[in-house]
Amino acid sequence: MAETATPTDERVKEMSRLRLALMRPELGGMVGAVAVFTFFLLFAFDSGMFASQGIMNWTVVSAQFMIIAVGACLLMIAGEFDLSVGSMIGFAGMMIAVFGVVLAWPMWIAILITFAICVAIGALNGYIVIRTGLPSFIVTLAFLFILRGFTIYIPQTIERKTIIGGIREAAEGDWLAPIFGGKILTGFFQWLGDIGVLETFSRGSREGQPVVDGIPMLIVWALILVAFGHILLTRTRFGNWIYASGGDAEAARNSGVPVNRVKIAMFMFTAFCATVFALCQVMEFGSAGADRGLLKEFEAIIAVVIGGALLTGGYGSVIGAALGALIFGVVQQGLFFAGVESSLFRVFLGVILLGAVILNTYIRRMITGER
Amino acid sequence: MNTRSDHAPIVQMKNIEKHFGPVIALAGVSVDVYPGECHCLLGDNGAGKSTFIKTMSGVHKPTKGEILFEGRPMNFSTPRDAMDAGIATVHQHLAMIPLMSVARNFFMGNEPTKKIAGISFFDREFADRVTMEEMRKMGINLRGPDQAVGTLSGGERQTVAISRAVYFGAKVLILDEPTSALGVRQTSNVLATIDKVRKQGVAVVFITHNVRHALAVGDRFTVLNRGQTLGTAQRGQITPDELQDMMAGGQELATLEGSLGGTV
Repeated sequence: MAETATPTDERVKEMSRLRLALMRPELGGMVGAVAVFTFFLLFAFDSGMFASQGIMNWTVVSAQFMIIAVGACLLMIAGEFDLSVGSMIGFAGMMIAVFGVVLAWPMWIAILITFAICVAIGALNGYIVIRTGLPSFIVTLAFLFILRGFTIYIPQTIERKTIIGGIREAAEGDWLAPIFGGKILTGFFQWLGDIGVLETFSRGSREGQPVVDGIPMLIVWALILVAFGHILLTRTRFGNWIYASGGDAEAARNSGVPVNRVKIAMFMFTAFCATVFALCQVMEFGSAGADRGLLKEFEAIIAVVIGGALLTGGYGSVIGAALGALIFGVVQQGLFFAGVESSLFRVFLGVILLGAVILNTYIRRMITGER
Repeated sequence: MNTRSDHAPIVQMKNIEKHFGPVIALAGVSVDVYPGECHCLLGDNGAGKSTFIKTMSGVHKPTKGEILFEGRPMNFSTPRDAMDAGIATVHQHLAMIPLMSVARNFFMGNEPTKKIAGISFFDREFADRVTMEEMRKMGINLRGPDQAVGTLSGGERQTVAISRAVYFGAKVLILDEPTSALGVRQTSNVLATIDKVRKQGVAVVFITHNVRHALAVGDRFTVLNRGQTLGTAQRGQITPDELQDMMAGGQELATLEGSLGGTV
């Protein structure tokens, strides 16, 4: 008979499209994003949240979350955590201030040295985890305190204060600093303002300028890092190694995957992302504060989990993590626009985290066919 | 006994000793493995089977003794070295990653790449096509190359792992208890896979403590007991009962023989 030409196993049921769609790690993030936008379009449309300034407001906040979520996502898929991300943000900002303002080195040197130090600390995190076999949770928890301690101690000792300002002035005319603190498409936005698409200031010193005058580099970094992370994970052999290292390190080693190298590289990448975050922040604020980046490590992890990654590693998506970050940013700023008490944001966080983890567990069972 | 003199052994393990601190795991074991044969390594738990194959595959360095691979002395410092030389190990549990797709598992550590604009990318099209082809050859029908390994049965996973090793040019295939956790039908699938692979000229080292599984596909049988070998037997020169006796050291099992009726 003709049917026997392609033998099929009668026990393998055809999967419905819905079931296949459910198996995508991004699903939770997509559904969440749609739900969140629908909610705020219905309840906060008149609040200015969806006017140009409002959009820029939550886009910037979301982009901040995205930058650290990309690093946390790849690291989590590789099977490790980094709880020192928040402290690293504070520490990196303080290093910029110390090198660029206190020591008055050229800003580009300060930036490069800060990157070198922070990525090296990331490598040290990874090295200790690999060599001792301790859970990365504990090792990076230690660094959460170590780095935060230095971030408070260093400015106290040299400047007798916990905030060092003057970064914007020190970065004036530098060739590297605008890559973190600048804006692009300013001409285009001016033009949009001139033709009336964008609102413009009607008085004051900025009269005639559009209320949104360009895309901050922070957003550009977020998009670049998301695209880079997504392509690295899904389209390169290193990406396959990331999945394998987190899925089952022993099996990956047996197949010749350099698991240790992959994990250390991901710790370094996470530190890199935290440093990018810190740089964009200090360039925007013009100062470095000892309390910057508090709790960011958890926010990054939550964004990643909302995005469908498994806390146990081996499964997840950068796009999902980016959607998780978007949900995060929209809700945090949206509640503000909607006039809801801001402390309720934490309640929302807890609820959505719990929901996401339960959903992910269910999805994992479907993928692996466990019951 | 000279049936094998026409071709040389691919792996010779000579008087291998392995000590872990005060524990002597292997006390002078010698085994020759020939291309195209299924060499069964039998032994009860703790007999030293795992240590022996880990020595062969480069995980452990022997304390004493010599390993010849294709006639040349070999000093593998990592499993990667052994793998590059053509010795592949399929581990009982640690072969596949359940959350990853079959295609990603198949090419894990050996990902094909193609260059686009000077950057090398994972060639997923090639990986998917080859995976589907190889799986069809082994009689596994996948829903698609992106089906997760977690959805396959234990026997199918072993088969994927075996065909992966063969696809990547394994000359010696070490199977660490591939059938110990499997049902009857899955076991027969794996044994059939072993037979297919052997006919392609690959040397198979089949570790098991199940005499019936060993006799079903084995060409030669080496029994390990307490870190020592009790010699190698050819197919047809030994009965299941004798093998069973040797594995158990010929003592405890004799008294059980009556009640069990040769079923173990």
